[in-house]
Amino acid sequence: MENRLYKRDIISIADFNRNDLELVLETAAELKNSPRPDLLKGKVIASCFFEASTRTRLSFETAVQRLGGTLIGFSDAGNTSAKKGETLADSVNIISSYTDAFVMRHPQEGAARLASEFSSVPVINGGDGSNQHPTQTLLDLFSIRECQDKLDGLKVAFVGDLKYGRTVHSLAQALCHFGAEFTFIAPKALAMPDYILEELDEKGIKYRFSDSIEETAPQVDIIYMTRVQKERFDETEYKHIASRYILDVDSLKEAKDNLKILHPLPRVDEIAVEVDKTPYAYYFQQAENGVYARQALLALVLNEVV
Amino acid sequence: MRKKLQVEAIRQGTVIDHIPAGQGIKILDRLQLLDSNASITVGFNLPSKDQSHKDIIKVTSRMLTEQEANQLALFAPTATINVIDNYEVVDKFKMALPESLQGAFSCPNSNCITHNEPVDTHFSLREHKGDVRLKCRYCEKSFSKDIVAEL
Repeated sequence: MENRLYKRDIISIADFNRNDLELVLETAAELKNSPRPDLLKGKVIASCFFEASTRTRLSFETAVQRLGGTLIGFSDAGNTSAKKGETLADSVNIISSYTDAFVMRHPQEGAARLASEFSSVPVINGGDGSNQHPTQTLLDLFSIRECQDKLDGLKVAFVGDLKYGRTVHSLAQALCHFGAEFTFIAPKALAMPDYILEELDEKGIKYRFSDSIEETAPQVDIIYMTRVQKERFDETEYKHIASRYILDVDSLKEAKDNLKILHPLPRVDEIAVEVDKTPYAYYFQQAENGVYARQALLALVLNEVV
Repeated sequence: MRKKLQVEAIRQGTVIDHIPAGQGIKILDRLQLLDSNASITVGFNLPSKDQSHKDIIKVTSRMLTEQEANQLALFAPTATINVIDNYEVVDKFKMALPESLQGAFSCPNSNCITHNEPVDTHFSLREHKGDVRLKCRYCEKSFSKDIVAEL
């Protein structure tokens, strides 16, 4: 398959077509089965986390090291020139001149796109505010394909905070390439934003709304859980809402055999710990898959042929 | 029947015609025409063959910039621009919605990186259910044109 990702910036899942997504997933599967500790040999990768994110950073850094690359960077902008008032544009301009690729996370939306305009090397977005987190979406897709043996025509339920959850938005957008059907389960205040629903309408994607995980579980292949954040509601309201959006073993009584539960983590209390022992739980494998998805992306961006 | 011009002809400059009635004052404001030194003649709520009523703005000795024309297309898509030289129309064109707008408006998303960095905003435009939506190239959020213009 032609490597369209070679030397490309990885900013938004909206920039990927179906072939690009499949290329990353194929490569991730190959790297999971057969490690390649030479693919980034001699390459220096900047890992610049202007905002802390332990799991994403460690996952990226593990991916670089497993491919034989070297890392420079920081895990918090507090000790960098950003604190002195240096623009992101200048920081990127300089750091990219030292390296072969620039992995970054930033608290402001659009930071990665902007960085790509000032970087002399490919920029990989590790999350920009509430906007995009394309590598999370790639690892989600990889995990879905791995546990269902396919991506086409799946029925996927999204549960929890669908308003602010960028992982939900990007995954829904990516699954449109594979003809998915969606069920959205969320409190009114955290419903899927209109602009995403408009995009689904334009693409002819079927979706429905539900109030009940229990009633939805028998109809879907994937339940993608997210956390309803306490701070968005007053205490009484939260208690009322939270009880309806907690996934426990009881709500899986009628689930399909192939159902798998995903969650971008960290989990708080929206998935009962008893669910971990059921065959439906897939969120820990999903987190592990982040390393393979990121290895695949780095390998493809930095090598014409993998 | 004797025809009489309801707004005085200009010798040289730009006539923005077929502005939807009621929008003329907003166009004056949006394009900051009153802040310029140009002489301006305006007509509000004039009879129109095509639109029943229209507004018209005549600006002496001044051409619209591309940025101004784009903004006009956004808020008065039915408008036509006539370029006048020696009382004659030497060029005439209809407004067309541009594919993108650069540097014309701030992004309404207060957490968009464009508020802190040395770049112009950049919106791609599309029509949706009779509204024009502007999508920020950076933060990827979509906004109604009225929200973008309010700022």
